[in-house]
Amino acid sequence: MRSGKRVAAALSGAFLGVLPALAAEPAAKEGATAASFDLTTMLFVFMLATFIGLGVITRVSRLLHTPLMSLTNAISAIAVVGAIVITGAKHPPIITILGAVALFASMTNIVSGFLITDRMLKMFKTQERRKP
Amino acid sequence: MRAQVVQLAYLVGSALFIFALYWMNDPKTARRGVVAGVAAMLLAVVGTLIQPEIVNWGWIAGAVAIGVAVGVPLSWVPLTAVPQRTALSHAFGGLAAGLVGTAKFYLWVQEGPENLTPFRMTAIVAEILLGYLTFTGSLMAAGKLQELRWIPQRPVTYRFQNLSNLTLLGVAVLCGIALIVKPVELAYLFPVVIGLSLAFGVLLIIPIGGADMPTVISLLNSYAGLSAVAMGFVLDNKLLVTAGALDGSSGLILSIIMCRAMNRSFANVLFGAFGQVQASAAAAEKKNVKSETAEGAAQIMEQASLVVVVPGYGMAVAQAQHRVKELYEQLTKRGVDVRFAIHPVAGRMPGHMNVLLAEAEIPYEKLVEMDDINHDMPQADVVLVIGANDVVNPAARHDKSSPIFGMPIIDADKARTCFAIKRSMNPGFAGIENELYYADHTYMLFGDAKAVVGELVKSLAGSGVGVH
Repeated sequence: MRSGKRVAAALSGAFLGVLPALAAEPAAKEGATAASFDLTTMLFVFMLATFIGLGVITRVSRLLHTPLMSLTNAISAIAVVGAIVITGAKHPPIITILGAVALFASMTNIVSGFLITDRMLKMFKTQERRKP
Repeated sequence: MRAQVVQLAYLVGSALFIFALYWMNDPKTARRGVVAGVAAMLLAVVGTLIQPEIVNWGWIAGAVAIGVAVGVPLSWVPLTAVPQRTALSHAFGGLAAGLVGTAKFYLWVQEGPENLTPFRMTAIVAEILLGYLTFTGSLMAAGKLQELRWIPQRPVTYRFQNLSNLTLLGVAVLCGIALIVKPVELAYLFPVVIGLSLAFGVLLIIPIGGADMPTVISLLNSYAGLSAVAMGFVLDNKLLVTAGALDGSSGLILSIIMCRAMNRSFANVLFGAFGQVQASAAAAEKKNVKSETAEGAAQIMEQASLVVVVPGYGMAVAQAQHRVKELYEQLTKRGVDVRFAIHPVAGRMPGHMNVLLAEAEIPYEKLVEMDDINHDMPQADVVLVIGANDVVNPAARHDKSSPIFGMPIIDADKARTCFAIKRSMNPGFAGIENELYYADHTYMLFGDAKAVVGELVKSLAGSGVGVH
């Protein structure tokens, strides 16, 4: 069962890999066909990732639900990618400021999320390991 | 070429995120999960930074520096404050999604209206609705958890509350649909949607009480994830969609677990305004409560072979977890088997009690889930309830008129002797009488949890009986 999950993760990783290659360069201006093609790939990615998420998360130890939540916080701060693109590209100042605030917020989540998750996980010890 | 490298980095990042969550299935491998997560994040950030359109390095460096400066201290909060920190980071997540959606919308309105396809607009509207309502909702939740003075702790209810909230949301959605149809002409509706969404977030949390916080935090976690998914659709970024979907499904599963642990539905948690309705009729009959001294309780515990501790939010409030550890050591030294019974909704967020007890260096194999410990409850000589209330109320099993009827509980009443640490006989947050306190074999230990457990430890250490 465990190895099955691992295989599923690997397979879906491979699947996700094919998608960007297929959809690599459809420029925005190519019109309706390109846009709708992209839409379905994105929906596919969303659906598969949701199922992987449900599968993986149901197996997370109940002991670790608090660290799980701070870890997923940090992971969803992947919004940093969008914030970087908005902040970094040449845009009117007001847009840059919006992006910079978003970048600040995501960065805070990344840093504090990973650090506090690790801090909490360090505390979970078994009886044997505690004894010198 | 560069585009492919970036996509490849995103691909590896997605896989690493999945592994990060996969490794959380066991405390032994969990720290590896953090490493995988950090690696994935680095890949994603570097992959984005090498894109040619990135030129504003000053702004990026500044925002990152401030983010790090705020983030590092936020990770040092005491573990009792972890629920508020978590809520705060959901707020940041929602804000980031909302702001990116806003920026993208105005950029496209000005520079490329042809980009505002109905599909993109749907994604943008979803992103700002979810993002901004998560932002204010989570800020409110964090404020309630932090017990800020200007945020009401008790659920605030008023007439037609649900109706007006839903109307507000309905108007926001209608404006959103109008924007999807005519994004450029109706661009003035965009700030309206933002405003309504911000307001809805506040109004959604106002009627929610402390006991429901675990569910609400999980739900906001899910919203924060979904807003990242929507951002992924807007920016056409598969990594964002993947990571957001992982976060969204995690929040969803946690909320389902929390709802099940309270035998309630989502709708009931969000719109039920728990803890207001019942001005309990059971309080009418005056019942007898027996109390016991710490010395007496310590003597009985010393003789026991199995002691089950049921911690609740009261233990967190009193910061009693380190005293509990001392108690655990004293009893274990005497050959007593001590276990901890963890109810899924004990505390203010999922897993809250586990983290507090782990901080106090109690080995995690002693922390037992409700369903597993209930089998052993009839064999337990002593149950010690520390700051828990509703999760041990037997009324949930048989009293159909009780607001918590049907909620799975820890069977503390089935143990031979029950000690309950409580400040006074005032009913708890939800205002429900707990009949466990009136049972024949229950003895109250009145006082602050930290002080009472401290006295227990002192009497055990002082007596010295049975020390090998």
